[in-house]
Amino acid sequence: MNEISLNILDVAENSVSAGASLCEVDVLADTESDTLTVVIKDDGKGMSEEVVKKVSDPFYTTRTTRKVGMGTSLFKMAAEVTGGKFEICSALGAGTTVTAVFGLSHIDRMPLGDISSTIHTLMVMNTGLDWVYRFKFDENEFTVDTREIKEATDGVPIDDPDVSGFIRDMLRENHKECGADNL
Amino acid sequence: MKSIAELNAIRDRKKQAIDIREGGEKKYRVVVGMATCGIAAGARPVLTTISDMVQAEKLDDVIVQQTGCIGLCQFEPIVEVFEANDKKTTYCKVDASKAKEIVEQHLKRGQAVTEFMLSAADLEKAKA
Repeated sequence: MNEISLNILDVAENSVSAGASLCEVDVLADTESDTLTVVIKDDGKGMSEEVVKKVSDPFYTTRTTRKVGMGTSLFKMAAEVTGGKFEICSALGAGTTVTAVFGLSHIDRMPLGDISSTIHTLMVMNTGLDWVYRFKFDENEFTVDTREIKEATDGVPIDDPDVSGFIRDMLRENHKECGADNL
Repeated sequence: MKSIAELNAIRDRKKQAIDIREGGEKKYRVVVGMATCGIAAGARPVLTTISDMVQAEKLDDVIVQQTGCIGLCQFEPIVEVFEANDKKTTYCKVDASKAKEIVEQHLKRGQAVTEFMLSAADLEKAKA
């Protein structure tokens, strides 16, 4: 994992597995506080206190194909090596919020990478739930909400090639205008 | 900034065409492994390449999906192509250029790309 956006793709897939109907992803970069904050919040089935404690341990997983689960622990490590912090808030039946704060100018912070592809993949390949994506870099910001897209397309599905292409282009263009390529 | 107001034009165009498309049979189902192992090995550009090409070339008989870990992490990125009769072809260690080739040869021309396929010999070696 050499991009923050790859970690986001990986960890947000957990919200899909948790049966969420809405997943909110925030990417907030702030020069003044020198932080890059990623929040992934879902209304899925949540985790017990016991599981939350174990989840960032690479040798813990609920999966049965093998005995390690690297996703969350890689994300945690990536944030912590930049002097940032990592937190999971969850309760059974109450959804899960994962927050990772990176030191924006820290030499060990991996680049944000191709965040447009990550968000596009999440929205278009997981149409069973709604996504709200917020991006903010200092004073520039934008939001993409699949519920608004669904309303505008009025029955044409999100994964329709033209709608999907539109979402991809919108993410790329808006990220570029907000300076995301420098992150 | 692009706004979703632009979607109205797409909607109007689609609404007219949607009845024709809905009955379309899917000939191929393409599945890309997108667990931690797949993503770390480079699955995202593979998925993006395939879905962009399917869209650009209007391959309406192809559906692209993602899946979790299938337990062959050392061969990721893995792309599986299922045909209508459930015949499965497994491609391993795929990158963007191999993905392009798979779309060109397999999805467009119906010719599986043997050299990218996971072989019995690979699996034997993995067990050893």
